[in-house]
Amino acid sequence: MKHLLSIADLNLQEAIGILDTATELSRINDGQIKKLPTLRGRTVVNLFAEDSTRTRISFEAAAKRLSADVINFSAKGSSISKGESLKDTAMTLQAMGADAVVIRHSASGAAQRLADNQWMSGAVINAGDGTHEHPSQALLDAFTIRKHLGKGSSDLQGLHVAIVGDILHSRVARSNVLLLALLGAKVTLVAPPTLLPIGIKKWPCAVSYDFDSVLPYVDAVMMLRVQQERMTELFFPNAREYSRYYGLNAERMRTLKPAALIMHPGPMNRGLEISAEVADSARSVITEQVSNGVSVRMAILYVLLAGSSLDVGSF
Amino acid sequence: MNVVLSAEDISRALTRISHEILERNHGSTNVAILGIPTRGAHLALRVAEIMAKIEGTNIPCGTLDITLHRDDLRLRPPRAIMPTLIPQSGIEGRDVVLIDDVLFSGRTIRSALDALGEVGRPKTVQLAVLVDRGHRELPIKADFVGKNLPSSLDQSVRVSLTEIDGRDEVVIESRKQP
Amino acid sequence: MSSKYILKSVVLPNGDKRDIAIEDGFISAVSQNIAPTSHVVIDTKGSRVLPGLVDLHTHLREPGREDAETVLTGSRAGAKGGFTALSAMANTSPVADTAGVVEQVYRLGQDAGYLDVFPIGAVTKGLVGESLSEIGAMADSIARVRIFSDDGNCVFDPLLMRRALEYVKKFGGVIAQHAQDPRLTVGSQMNEGEISARLGLKGWPAVAEEAIIARDVLLADHVKSRLHICHVTTAGGVEIIRWAKQRGIDVTAEVTPHHLLLTDELTTSYDPIFKVNPPLRTSDDVHALREALAEGVIDIVATDHAPHPVESKECEWQEASFGMLGLETALSIVQKTMVETQLMTWEQVADRMSLAPARIGGYKNQGQEIAVGSAANLVVIDPSKNWQVDRDLTMSKATNTPYHGLTLPGVITHTFYEGRATVIDSVVQKIGDV
Repeated sequence: MKHLLSIADLNLQEAIGILDTATELSRINDGQIKKLPTLRGRTVVNLFAEDSTRTRISFEAAAKRLSADVINFSAKGSSISKGESLKDTAMTLQAMGADAVVIRHSASGAAQRLADNQWMSGAVINAGDGTHEHPSQALLDAFTIRKHLGKGSSDLQGLHVAIVGDILHSRVARSNVLLLALLGAKVTLVAPPTLLPIGIKKWPCAVSYDFDSVLPYVDAVMMLRVQQERMTELFFPNAREYSRYYGLNAERMRTLKPAALIMHPGPMNRGLEISAEVADSARSVITEQVSNGVSVRMAILYVLLAGSSLDVGSF
Repeated sequence: MNVVLSAEDISRALTRISHEILERNHGSTNVAILGIPTRGAHLALRVAEIMAKIEGTNIPCGTLDITLHRDDLRLRPPRAIMPTLIPQSGIEGRDVVLIDDVLFSGRTIRSALDALGEVGRPKTVQLAVLVDRGHRELPIKADFVGKNLPSSLDQSVRVSLTEIDGRDEVVIESRKQP
Repeated sequence: MSSKYILKSVVLPNGDKRDIAIEDGFISAVSQNIAPTSHVVIDTKGSRVLPGLVDLHTHLREPGREDAETVLTGSRAGAKGGFTALSAMANTSPVADTAGVVEQVYRLGQDAGYLDVFPIGAVTKGLVGESLSEIGAMADSIARVRIFSDDGNCVFDPLLMRRALEYVKKFGGVIAQHAQDPRLTVGSQMNEGEISARLGLKGWPAVAEEAIIARDVLLADHVKSRLHICHVTTAGGVEIIRWAKQRGIDVTAEVTPHHLLLTDELTTSYDPIFKVNPPLRTSDDVHALREALAEGVIDIVATDHAPHPVESKECEWQEASFGMLGLETALSIVQKTMVETQLMTWEQVADRMSLAPARIGGYKNQGQEIAVGSAANLVVIDPSKNWQVDRDLTMSKATNTPYHGLTLPGVITHTFYEGRATVIDSVVQKIGDV
């Protein structure tokens, strides 16, 4: 593995390898050890062409716990906001000796562009590209589900996960559908028809417009953030109506199986896709997702950076 | 290929090492055993078991993975991280005995000392190995040795254990020429 | 430079092997075994000859974006690709919406001297779709503009479209519509379907094209004017045009070489070299387009040659410009997709790439049968040879070819424009002082 651009690039063995590594690392994280020497002398650049404080600090904490040097290159005040091209930015990073670039970008495919061209030689980690993918989020979600519901086996065979909300514009949904299916879980996407992409038929999942009919059967429900601008773009009449049909409130929560998990990649719109009561309930693993994020991102950095770069074999 | 330790030899060596550990540390009260995965972890369990039989009490035993502390990570494909399991009683102020199968360059043990430093501050750290084959690259020496095995650099020493390989055996063989 | 040539043993579109003599800009003889007098003899060893290719859809970028292409470099690329006439699209800067701009482009074409450059006039002022441009003045200028198009933009206002269709009846003009409903394609990046869903790129539905085609054939029928549909890309669009033609509506349509070959699968690389407007569609669409071209439902092949500087493509997909080069590869792509698949004969290739486009554009001395007295606008191609596309060797100023590295059939060895050889042994000749 040279880059992490899309979950589609992972096979089952590689995905489980990352999750297993994250499991060991989380054990270390839970102990007293705050820093490991593993990536000493390696440079990780956080290239954030789009604001995302939570993902950036998660990667930053992960890299620092492995003793990598971290350089933050964020949109505001940087040359990106002044119209510098991705190519020039990449060549700058190359000149600075970046061993890995964690890229968040508003353009779908930006991470792949960075990896496919000869602009720089380091590993590229996709930290969210447009409405395409967000593989590290999917890995931390799978990690969280596995920790709670994994039945001793390494995969998620037999589990049923609902992903609810703006599927059309969600990179989290795209990565999660691929990874959950790879790990053997059944996935049902729940959304109004306007927020499901045309051409979804080939996705390895089921689709439903009816939240209430799906809820009683799932082991985890993943709520997606609804962007305010979707309302002005005619995707649904108004926030109230959206919330009535697709919001997870206390009443709906009661129809879930007793052990079912409630997840959200954040940041949440409390009162829109998820009610405060649900977000703060005992079934909610939303804050745990954040802490698991660091272990999973450490695992990603470890897998991509710790070994020799000449390796082309599997992990 | 040459069998240098049979199953019986290994068993005898581990029994002797167990006795030596108890002798050196005046009993087991302050001892914690940590095996270095993969084979060292199994040897540690065996030693702890033998010691427990002799002493009639449980011996704290765990594993210490050194992968994240290796100095040769970049020379090879990334390795899977093995569990680090520190016994309930911890290692703070304890006499910690590290156990590994083969002592060679000493780099593994250096990494283990680093890894141990992240976990806590033992009173002493001792080292037990099944085989010491020489060729040290660092100033490290074992306190307890199953067998000293002079070898040349073009030979390789392979330890098989029942738990992983289905039988107990140590063989020495010439490396395949590339 | 001699103006007398004999093409020895060349295969005509209908398959007959003949010698062709060229003198003073015209074909002076077509027969077996012409004896040379003061001619330069070119032994074609059985290559094919076609009437010089005519492109109805070329972006030459001059004036305004001379960093991407000029009339001169575009003319050379055209000659290399076997063209003897190009139609310069109006989306230059300034826009070709006045007699002044179209005359400038026309003259630049004449000065270059490699082929005829026929300017296309904008339908609306500034291409913004609000009011008609100076259509009459452009028609009456020395450029004699007959084709009007807002290409790049759709003439979306139905009333404006109706007026434009009516207005050009005065001089037998035609409106070439870029069929794209702008409301259905806000921010669109690629064909809407399975691939766009996977890649998270904003979809460009086929219906955005088909709805405009449907509306405009009905408008053309109503006002009894001529409509030309630029770059048809969907199977549904083909069906509407077929229906319109059956009803006797005066509509013609073009397909680009890239839509005959490439599909939206290529977008998975996120390499904007494959980003084009209208977008690459599915393989079902590609097959429907090929059949429609063979059948004549789609009348012509037009390149939509769209040069862009490197930086417009060396970036993220959604930041990149739409468009790809087409002039130098068009005939080879048609051979590959239409002739080698046995969907079309070479005679049909001559029709779709020369005779029919010249007829639609009303281009004098272009698209004529290869016969004594016709203008000596000819292209010689050796269909048995292959070549490899190399973006570093394009005659175009730009390098944004989607075919880089691809091996294509059919090597163009000679192009003659008004009796002069613009290409000899696949090498573009120096014409004039430039």
